[in-house]
Amino acid sequence: MNFRRIKEFFVESAIKISGIASIFIVALIFFFLLKEGVLLFKTEKITHFIFGKNWYPISDPPDFGILPLILGTLLVTLGAALIAVPFGVAAAIYISEVAPGKLKEVLKSGIELLAAIPSVVLGFIGMITIVPWMKIIFKIPTGLTAFSGSIVLAFMAMPTIVSIAEDALHSVPKAYKEGAYALGATKWQTIYRVVLPAASSGVVAAVMLGIGRVVGETMAVMMLTGNSPSMPRGMLYPVRTLTATIAAEMGEAVQGGDHYYALFAIGIILFLITFAINITADLVIHRKRQ
Amino acid sequence: MVTPPIKISVQNLNAFFSTAPSLMNVDIDIEANQILSVIGPANSGKTTFLRCLNRLNDFTPTFKMTGRIALDNKDIYKEYDPVLLRRKVGIIFALPMPLPLTVFENVVYGLRRQYIKDKKILSEAAEKALKDAYLWEEVKDRLDEQAMKLSGGQQQRLCIARTLAVNPDVVLFDEPCSALDPISTAKIEEAMLKLKNHYTIVLVTNNTKQAARVGDKTAFFLMGRLVEMAETGRLFTAPQDKRTDDYISGRFG
Repeated sequence: MNFRRIKEFFVESAIKISGIASIFIVALIFFFLLKEGVLLFKTEKITHFIFGKNWYPISDPPDFGILPLILGTLLVTLGAALIAVPFGVAAAIYISEVAPGKLKEVLKSGIELLAAIPSVVLGFIGMITIVPWMKIIFKIPTGLTAFSGSIVLAFMAMPTIVSIAEDALHSVPKAYKEGAYALGATKWQTIYRVVLPAASSGVVAAVMLGIGRVVGETMAVMMLTGNSPSMPRGMLYPVRTLTATIAAEMGEAVQGGDHYYALFAIGIILFLITFAINITADLVIHRKRQ
Repeated sequence: MVTPPIKISVQNLNAFFSTAPSLMNVDIDIEANQILSVIGPANSGKTTFLRCLNRLNDFTPTFKMTGRIALDNKDIYKEYDPVLLRRKVGIIFALPMPLPLTVFENVVYGLRRQYIKDKKILSEAAEKALKDAYLWEEVKDRLDEQAMKLSGGQQQRLCIARTLAVNPDVVLFDEPCSALDPISTAKIEEAMLKLKNHYTIVLVTNNTKQAARVGDKTAFFLMGRLVEMAETGRLFTAPQDKRTDDYISGRFG
């Protein structure tokens, strides 16, 4: 009797502790990021940091303007989203509603396998295929462009989008579909007018999480976008993203120097962007549920 | 009395899910502008039979059938496009399942899928369908509300209205009152009795009293076979088959 009570107590505490621990660790990470990052703003104005057009971290005096990096990230993300969202949602619809039984299984696990490919491998493949093609097709001096990065990132966002969107579409009650069919709707009308609206919150969440993944991705973009920290001039020019900047420069920044703090400040900005995306996704799901 | 014309003729219908037979050698003629009640215990194939009539079983990959079902003398599995067939043969499900749209959009859903856009035609059709389903008085001021906010009985009548709005010939009811209170049930039965002037109705029900109240004819299914079909009054007072007698007098099922 007593033994059972003790067991209950242990299990409950263990669950409680692991729950609190994960939140605590995230809070610690954010606190550390903030602590290192804000030190930059002793010498640098925050508006100049965000809206400054020049990133010259090792010049004398240095210039820490990250606007080109923010725009680089947004450009690459936008490109990836424009490719991944239509293809991803279409693939999810096909798998969930159209594909016959066996093919459905094969496609779904195939796409989830795509998620398991390490980003450095995708970056490498992109480097030896997309980059030279880009150079030939668009007749540009270098194939290391924002667009090249977008294409590979689209491949990385797709599994997330397809997998989550497919789950959402699949969980639409069968009775909705039958109701629509029974009223003489065609298959496409049923998908477009009933299944998609009913699953819309899940599909939006899938898209947001896919985009969140793209924003945070580092390795592949570093290998493919050319890493030029100047104001982006378009999809077919080299750009540099926030993530690539941190990864590329962390090794050469002097610990405790302004450059070092600036990289942490970039981390804060990145954190805020992904946080905003996830919160938006959360709100969309929540609003629909009510 | 003139015998009414045959609306649906089912000949030697066999249906299977995977390899398990769920209907065997069913022959039924359904007369126009009548209500055919279909009764029987669980697993007797009533619902499968009903869903064969508008080809809703087509969406179940393991479903197979043999035999012939003819609507107005045309084979529904060979001479009809399933989408057009379902506009002529509507169905009401056991659980009211309005689409996640407003009341009005639910009613005109089928019409919109036929590319009817004229506001006036749509609202006239919606009003007529809602009146026929005995729902108009209760929802005429709530047409723009979400259909999910209606009560269960109202939702079921909304489902009837949206089926009527497509202007079918035949309306199938699959245990339409199993989730409803007695008052809603009475309203739906009242609607059915009036609807048979314009439509042919097939009613699957677990409630033998309901079958007796509204059916012109009643068919008794057992284990995938049609045991007996007769005028409702005769089936309930003088059944020919012992199994029918046992079922309607409540000795099993």
